[in-house]
Amino acid sequence: MKRRNIWRGLFVFALFALVLTGCSGHESLNVLDPSGSAGEKQLDLIKLSFLIMLGVFAVVITIYIYVLIRFRKRKGVDVMPKQTHGNTKLEIIWTVIPIILLGILAVPTVTTTFDLTKIAQDEEVVNVKVTGYQYWWEFEYPELGIKTAQELHIPVGKKINFEIHGKDVLHSFWIPALGGKVDVIPGRVTNVILDANKPGDYQGKCAELCGAGHALMDFKVKAHSAEDFDKWVTQMQAPPAELTTDSEKRGEEVFQQNCLGCHAGINQSVPGPDLSKFGTRDTIAGMLKNNPENLKKWLHDPQAIKAGANMPKIDYLEEKDLDALVDYLESRK
Amino acid sequence: MGTLTIMVVVALFLAAIVLGGYNKNFLERVKGSTVWDWMTTVDHKKIGIMYFMSGIVFFLIGGLEAILIRLQLMVPANDLFVGDIYNQILTMHGTTMIFLAAMPLLFGLMNVIVPLQIGARDVAFPFLNSLGFWFFTAGGIILNLSWFFGGAPDAGWTSYVSLALNEYSPGPGVDYYVLGLQISGIGSLISGINFLATIINMRTPGMTLLRMPLFTWTTFVASALLLFAMPALTVGLLLLMFDRLFGANFFDYTMGGSSVLWEHLFWIFGHPEVYIVILPAFGILSEIISTFSKKRLFGYTSMVFATVLIGFLGFMVWVHHMFTVGLGPVSNSIFAVATMAIGVPTGIKVFNWLFTMWGGEIRFTTAMLWAVGFIPTFVVGGMTGVMLAVPPADFQYHDSYFVVAHFHYVLVGGTVFGIFAAAFYWWPKMFGKMLHEGLGKFQFWTFFIGFHLTFFPQHFLGLFGMPRRVFTYQANVGLESINMLSTIGVIGMTLGTLAFGINIYRSLFIDKTKAPADPWNGRTLEWAISSPPPEYNFAQLPLVRGYDALWVEKEAGKKELTPAEPLGSIHMPSSSYLPLVMAIGVFISGMGFIARGDYSMGIFGLIILGIAMFMRSFEVDHGYHIEPEEIEKDKGVDA
Repeated sequence: MKRRNIWRGLFVFALFALVLTGCSGHESLNVLDPSGSAGEKQLDLIKLSFLIMLGVFAVVITIYIYVLIRFRKRKGVDVMPKQTHGNTKLEIIWTVIPIILLGILAVPTVTTTFDLTKIAQDEEVVNVKVTGYQYWWEFEYPELGIKTAQELHIPVGKKINFEIHGKDVLHSFWIPALGGKVDVIPGRVTNVILDANKPGDYQGKCAELCGAGHALMDFKVKAHSAEDFDKWVTQMQAPPAELTTDSEKRGEEVFQQNCLGCHAGINQSVPGPDLSKFGTRDTIAGMLKNNPENLKKWLHDPQAIKAGANMPKIDYLEEKDLDALVDYLESRK
Repeated sequence: MGTLTIMVVVALFLAAIVLGGYNKNFLERVKGSTVWDWMTTVDHKKIGIMYFMSGIVFFLIGGLEAILIRLQLMVPANDLFVGDIYNQILTMHGTTMIFLAAMPLLFGLMNVIVPLQIGARDVAFPFLNSLGFWFFTAGGIILNLSWFFGGAPDAGWTSYVSLALNEYSPGPGVDYYVLGLQISGIGSLISGINFLATIINMRTPGMTLLRMPLFTWTTFVASALLLFAMPALTVGLLLLMFDRLFGANFFDYTMGGSSVLWEHLFWIFGHPEVYIVILPAFGILSEIISTFSKKRLFGYTSMVFATVLIGFLGFMVWVHHMFTVGLGPVSNSIFAVATMAIGVPTGIKVFNWLFTMWGGEIRFTTAMLWAVGFIPTFVVGGMTGVMLAVPPADFQYHDSYFVVAHFHYVLVGGTVFGIFAAAFYWWPKMFGKMLHEGLGKFQFWTFFIGFHLTFFPQHFLGLFGMPRRVFTYQANVGLESINMLSTIGVIGMTLGTLAFGINIYRSLFIDKTKAPADPWNGRTLEWAISSPPPEYNFAQLPLVRGYDALWVEKEAGKKELTPAEPLGSIHMPSSSYLPLVMAIGVFISGMGFIARGDYSMGIFGLIILGIAMFMRSFEVDHGYHIEPEEIEKDKGVDA
């Protein structure tokens, strides 16, 4: 009997393992397959706590199944069970063992909690100021003089120190593949330190309910090798591209008449994403592929694409002006 | 205001037509009607049944909202409910299930069962009991009226500011949340105080604290939690009401307020609230496992202390809902360790249940099936609970579907399974009829399998990067099949709930057989009296001679309890329509404040409340007596 119980425990364990490995998430946002050191430390703790808990579960479920089978009422048998009060020895055992197990878990928990907030003194750090708005993200590199939105570019291997600001409602800044989240709190500054250990595209999410467009408040994280990152920095720091065609020139006028208020920080109460390098971005509003066709679709009815977006509908322009505006925006590189 | 007046007039007309028009006998007819009897009752059993039944109604509404949520998430980029409307559904699902389903269902059971278990004739404050119920009902109706007048609240059941402030939630939705919860919260607080007073003062001779059944004990601790936790919510809601209605700035950071303040207030209430709804389920489980294993509860004293300890620790862990707020590693570590500590008393409980069954003779009735299903489900919820207590790991889990999976394992696998178990166990005592066992088993298996199919995969949704409270997700990032699986599981839970509905209907309206006084070979006092019990419960208060008071008598070979007093005249409280009037007053007031405008309706409602309170204070009411002859007559009928 005892032997069979061990097999049952193993079976349950195997089932869990199967589920864990059998179906897997996408590498761009999988907590179980992290690409950053914070995410790895966190995964280690997830594994440790899971294994300890799995052990407890195995013990409970073994006793449980044994009891249910062995002590079920059998037909035609009617016994009067002994009315036991308890058993001090057993009760001490199942009080003390959990305390020890939790102690084993508590030590690395506390040390990692402190570790994650530290950066070694000699380490090179990239500072990024993040601001969460309904429903988009602004990224500013104070040392590099770069301000951009929706696409976060980081160099591989360096610690990125995010300083997170909130202006409207609560959001939460989360890049599952790189590490855990931290809340965006209006009127407060929060911090999180992350890094990427291999180049690639990762997904960023807002994890705190922030209104109608919460589900669509995504951003992209692009981790580059050191050279590629420097290339990107040079490109971003360069003055805006010259206007080459008439259409682009007309587009600039349209932009200045219709968009500048929010998109160049003139109207502080309704901030919009910086568009001075719009042509370099992969996506529009963090979700549509960036091409002229989609840009027109977005301008026509932003709310149809992103529920609750604050961007007004630009459906009043003449077809020619709209084309010009699109040309102008796509040429901003 | 116009709408309200018209509704009141129409309601009066309908009432007049139903009751046969107004004439001299009108008042007598009203007073003699069953509806009036129930509306004015102060009998704990009737109030308990009303709590339980309204809990079921709200459970169905909340369940419908859950179905809509899963329909939207069945496939990626679905457009069934997008943006605000989805947020309204998810907010109302959470708010309804916690405040309007789980709590009244438990209050219903507590109301009916606790006085019977301690050998009392009623609760300590029958009038307050009725008041608490009607306040809860008024608040629940206000919350759900939001669907029809101006839109439901959409800032989540946690209603975090500043999303819940006027600037970001301009409609009346959040006002419904604030006032609806405030009013039903007063009801809960009143009930909590009432249970505390009842359990302390109304125990029959010999029913010492350490002879009380576990369900009574958990009710006692949950009531103490209510007493200390509800005020935090009351204060939070009051501040939010001032911000929204009267232009205060408690939570607006541009004016020096703080959104973190709301989070603290909410979770200082919110975490104990979780224990308020899970501890009574622990109590239910202890009773049922002991009864159907035909064994005394293993480690009774340690069970009691574990309950008290969980209640105590429950107040010191609220920051684990706020690990990502950035309160710093010191604060996070302290609350992490405190949270893990709760795992110890909870573990003690699980092992005590297992060893209660050890060496027993387990009968798999429907009630026992729910209890047996509870154990592994709740253990999984507890496991993920400990995993969530680790702050660095929580940075990943927080606000993702992992958390959704975790709390549904605890609240459905724990509280709801417990409530279903209790429903099958105590149904005969509440209604004098039995629920059908076969239908019950069908319900158990469909609901149990459906539940695990829905919520087990959600752990992985969270780990694969899906935040909670999102109305959509991308295709091709490994989330489709898991979401689909999760939605399919809903079919099982829906079938189970339908079976329960049919079962209730069958038991109340079709089945004519009466339930015996002691259908399960019970161990506690409630099984010594008829099903349903007479309005005075015990003709003679029983003398309790040990834990499992009825079992002690059974072991001594007796069929009845030993009386602690001679048969005599029983003093009973009289019914009162004033609680209902007071609740109507706060209802009108709440709706008046939600409608904004000049607040005249709001103040009018408060005046009604004031007048009713005045009447109550100066009312001379000595109750009435039931004489021994009448009791003898009852006894004759029963036997």
